[in-house]
Amino acid sequence: MGILNATNLVYIMGGFVKTIEISALSIICSIVVGTALALVRSYGPKPLRLLVAAYIELFRCTPNLLWILFIYFTVQGIDLFISTLAFTLFTSAVMAEIVRAGLNAVPTGQFEAARSQGFGFFTAMRHIILPQTFRIIMPALFGQCTTVIKDSSYLSGINVAEFMYTTNVVMAHAVSLDQVLLLYGFVFALYFALNFGISLLVRRYQRKIASA
Amino acid sequence: MLEGLLDPKRWTLTFANMGPFWEGFGATLKVVAAGLALALLLGTLLGVFSTARSRVLRGVSRVYVEFYQNTPLPVQVLFMYMAGPQFLQAMTGSAQPVRIAPFALGALGVGLYHAAYVAEVIRTGIEAVPRGQMEAAQSQGFSRLQAYVYIILPQTFKIILPPLCNQALNLVKNTSVLALVAGGDLMYRSDNFVSLYGYLQGYIVCCLMYFAICFPIAMLGQWLERRSKARPRAKVIPGVTDGCEGDPAAGAVCGRGV
Repeated sequence: MGILNATNLVYIMGGFVKTIEISALSIICSIVVGTALALVRSYGPKPLRLLVAAYIELFRCTPNLLWILFIYFTVQGIDLFISTLAFTLFTSAVMAEIVRAGLNAVPTGQFEAARSQGFGFFTAMRHIILPQTFRIIMPALFGQCTTVIKDSSYLSGINVAEFMYTTNVVMAHAVSLDQVLLLYGFVFALYFALNFGISLLVRRYQRKIASA
Repeated sequence: MLEGLLDPKRWTLTFANMGPFWEGFGATLKVVAAGLALALLLGTLLGVFSTARSRVLRGVSRVYVEFYQNTPLPVQVLFMYMAGPQFLQAMTGSAQPVRIAPFALGALGVGLYHAAYVAEVIRTGIEAVPRGQMEAAQSQGFSRLQAYVYIILPQTFKIILPPLCNQALNLVKNTSVLALVAGGDLMYRSDNFVSLYGYLQGYIVCCLMYFAICFPIAMLGQWLERRSKARPRAKVIPGVTDGCEGDPAAGAVCGRGV
C-alpha cells in the first residue's frame, strides 16, 4: 500500500501534535476566561451580568464553525493564534456555564463562613469557593476537553494544518479504497485513543471521589 | 478587520441577496428534522439495549456509544463522503461510484453521532428511576404496562427531557459540518456569500439565523430543567382534593399520602 510511509507519517503526526497544541491552549484560555465570566454572572453588577448572559447565550446558540470562519476572516495572525482565539471565544461560554453550575453547587454557608472569618471576596473565592467548585465540575470540564479536541477538526475548514487537514492532504494521494480505509482507520484510532484515554481518567477520578 | 460593518451599501447588497441564505436555512432545517428523528429513534433503541439483560446487546450499545462519542463528527462525515460512494458501488454493483446527496450525508452524520449521546441520556434516565417504584406500583395493583405509563415513564421523562433538549441544540449547531463537504446548508451558503463579496455581513446574517433556530430550543431546555427541579405536587381533582390544599393533616383523609 505504501501510503503510510515514513514521510507521510511524519507529516500526519505533525498535524496530530498541532491538534493537541491548539486544544490544550484553547482549553487553558477558556477555563480562565470562563471562570471570570461565571464570577461576573454570579456576583457582578447587574448590567455586566446581563452582558455576560447575552454573550453566553449568543455563543451557545451558534455553531463553532461560524466563529472559526468569522475569526479567520477578521483577524490576521499565525494559525495557532487564530485557532486558539476562535476556540477560546466559543468554549469560554460553555466553560462559564459549567463553572456557574459548580459555583451554585457549593453551599452558600461556605462563602458566608469565609467572609465571617475575615476573608475578602477574592481571597474567599481563591481559597475556599473555587477549589471546591473545580472538584465538583472536574468531570464536566474534562468532557469539554474531549469536545474541544473533536471540534478542532473543524479547523481544517480554514486550512489550519491540524490532524484532519494533514490526513486529508495525504488522502488526496490515495489511489484505492484500501488506502482510504487504512488512513481513516488510522485517524479514527488516534482520535479515539486520545479521547477515550481522557474519559478513562475521568471515570477513575469519579470512582475515587465516590469511594472517598 | 471590521471595516464596513455599518456601511449601508453593504447591508443593502446583503439584503438584496437573501435568497441563498433562506435556501440554506431551509436545507439546515430539513437536515435537523431528519437527523433529530434518526438520533432519537436509534438513541432510544441503544439506550434500552444498554440496560438489557443480554450481554451482547449491552456490548453493541457500549461499542457504538464509545466510538461515536470519542471520534470527531467532521472525520465521520468526511469518511462517509469519501468512502461511502465506493462502498455503495461495491454493494449495488453499479459501474460508477454512487453519489450520496448532501442531505442524506448530513442527516446520517449528525443522526448517528447524536444517537450515541441520546443513548447515554436514555440509559441514565432509565437507571435513575429506582427499581422499587415498579415493585411498589405492582404491589398496589398496577399492571406492568400501567406501571410504566403512570409511574415509571413520567419520572424518566422528567429526567431526560432537559438533556435531550441540549442534544437537539448541539445537533442544530453540528449540522454546520456540511459546509466542509459543500453541503448547501446555511453555513455553506453564508461562507460562499462572504467569499464572493468579501462582506462580513454574510456571517452576521448566518449568526442571526442559527440563533433564531437555537435560542427557542435553549429556552425550552431551561424551562424544562426548572420544571424538573420543582417539587412534585399532587394533581388537583375538583371535588376530590378540594379543601385539602396546604393542609398536610388532611392529606390522609383526602386519599393522598402525607
